[in-house]
Amino acid sequence: MQKLLTWIDERFPLTALWESQWGKYIAPKNFNFWYYFGSLAAFTLVIQIVTGIFLTMNYKPDATKAFESVEYIMRDVSWGWLIRYMHSTGASMFFIVVYLHMFRALMYGSYRKPRELTWIFGCVVYLCLMAEAFFGYLLPWGQMSYWGAQVIVNLFSTVPIIGEDLGVWIRGDYTISDITLNRFFAFHVIATPLVLLGLVAAHLMALHETGSNNPDGVEIKKQPKDPATGLPPDGIYSHPYYTIKDIVGVIGFLGVFSAIMFFVPDMGGYFLEANNFIPADPLKTPEHIAPVWYFTPYYAMLRAVPSFLGSQFWGVLVMGLAVLIFFALPWLDRSPVKSIRYRGGLYKGWLAAFVVSFLILGYLGVVPITIWGQFPDGWPLLGSADRATVVARVLTVVYFLFFLLMPWYTARDRTKPVPDRVTE
Amino acid sequence: MSRLRRLVALCALLVAGIAGPAGASGGADIRMEPSPINRLNLESQQRGARTFVNYCLNCHSAKYMRYNRLADLGLTETQIRENLMFPTDKVGATMTVAMTPADGKAWFGVPPPDLTVEARVRGDEWLYNYLLGFYRDETTPSGWNNLVFPNVAMPHVLGELSGTSRLVVREFENHEEAQAAALAGKGIVVLEPGKNHTWVVKTLAVETAGTLTPAQYRETAADLVNFLSYMAEPNKNKRVSLGLVVILYLCVLFGFAYWMKREYWKDVH
Repeated sequence: MQKLLTWIDERFPLTALWESQWGKYIAPKNFNFWYYFGSLAAFTLVIQIVTGIFLTMNYKPDATKAFESVEYIMRDVSWGWLIRYMHSTGASMFFIVVYLHMFRALMYGSYRKPRELTWIFGCVVYLCLMAEAFFGYLLPWGQMSYWGAQVIVNLFSTVPIIGEDLGVWIRGDYTISDITLNRFFAFHVIATPLVLLGLVAAHLMALHETGSNNPDGVEIKKQPKDPATGLPPDGIYSHPYYTIKDIVGVIGFLGVFSAIMFFVPDMGGYFLEANNFIPADPLKTPEHIAPVWYFTPYYAMLRAVPSFLGSQFWGVLVMGLAVLIFFALPWLDRSPVKSIRYRGGLYKGWLAAFVVSFLILGYLGVVPITIWGQFPDGWPLLGSADRATVVARVLTVVYFLFFLLMPWYTARDRTKPVPDRVTE
Repeated sequence: MSRLRRLVALCALLVAGIAGPAGASGGADIRMEPSPINRLNLESQQRGARTFVNYCLNCHSAKYMRYNRLADLGLTETQIRENLMFPTDKVGATMTVAMTPADGKAWFGVPPPDLTVEARVRGDEWLYNYLLGFYRDETTPSGWNNLVFPNVAMPHVLGELSGTSRLVVREFENHEEAQAAALAGKGIVVLEPGKNHTWVVKTLAVETAGTLTPAQYRETAADLVNFLSYMAEPNKNKRVSLGLVVILYLCVLFGFAYWMKREYWKDVH
């Protein structure tokens, strides 16, 4: 065995790669609950790729057969229902895990210098994931697949001047059609996953170059090393310590995953929408088109922005910026400390406001705009406006202010001194 | 200071405006009856399958459902062949109908939808109430209407079993009285805005008896919905029972993994 390894190592840096990326990678010893979600995201990616491969074996990317082939998988393919549910549950779980992973970065300042590139690769991963989910959602060719794709492609058609052509270029047709289905299939099963895998590799390599942040935001690389072990006093080898800890995390995650997949796979219409069990019908628009839950905060923003100069493009712009603004985070934060543990009330307040906005916007994106009724007639400014729209507008502003005011409130915040050693 | 006070007042007003009653938002409220179905009651599903092939499968297809799949309900192939298969003699065939979508459109205005996964679209409760919600209405082309699905194109195919009902409409001056009447009403109750700011409560009343008693008809409807629910996801029972085993296994595995993690982490200080 050792001989074989030496033979390989002389020709390919297998041991060196393993040791630099995981085996001898030194990680802070104080990772808490929030640090499970990185490995869980990687694990979910594997689930999606493996189940996706098996689904591809029986799925037919053809407008006349797609819906039928999904039912064929659900009914006639051995264990097809399980593989399909793994994939559909996995899609939503992927977003849950990634949102929690991003929230962790916001709490502990993981995007700060020197980890800007890790953060940026992560943001691109998030964009790719959205594209992947969007392309994949068309494939079952149900009513929501069809009309959801119609709505999202139409967003691109609002771009001034080139919009119409852009829409046709994306669809390959004047409406969503078999041609669109074929290209979305190609993007879903190969193009986007390929980019995604490359980006995940870059994300991990960048992280393992700088070393991980931790809940205290203490740089363990700056600590004097213990001469006996060669490790910083707060560092441990990720293998076996975090290997075994992440295995515990994965098993716990599988418990939650299985509970959803086996007992409530459609999650009350949030993971699998009821309307998507009706085959796509280009002539029949559903009464209420809502995207899947993970896009709803942005969808709520889109609906909240009024049209201006006869164009709906502004809503699309706001929605796009809401995602892209994450990229700027490392340069917006001027706080002398990283972790929320040593930040003052200003940052904590703004972060809380941001999270609450995101969640309420997510809720508002699922429900019809009339859900809370209208303001009474005769009110100044607000008279007879939909309450939900007004709330969504206020929250959209809060969402953006979290970022735009960050240079100001992080610099002014009353921070606490950061200790030399981690606290747990 | 006065600017701050004005801001606070504005916020309070905004909150009051948001928290206030949704008021006259339009739209009808409906109170449905809970559907008494049990996914483990295979006999009920067998009876539902019989009703389905006898009454529904003339116009509605279930084109993703295979006849031999009915073995899930505890039926043998011979039983399926002799009691449930009419249009085909291939037991592996799917439940198709002779009526084309074009015919359906010509006869009913809309092609009758395929029912294989209808229970996943509508939900069990809706389907059960839909089957109970038919009433006589001379103004519609089919002579039938439905409390749950207004102006539905489908005639009440189970009418000979259930007998006929007629619509009872009561009008109220204000919302509170209408709401009280709706709460007191029996069965399916619809509460909706009427003309000239009134409120209307709609219920059903039996007109003529069918071949079944009302209680028997409810049972037949429940059996049919139970079957539709099974057909929409034939693996449901297997899914749930497998889930229990998997979760039990994961609990044990979690225990071992957690114990191992604690052992390893003993040397981290």
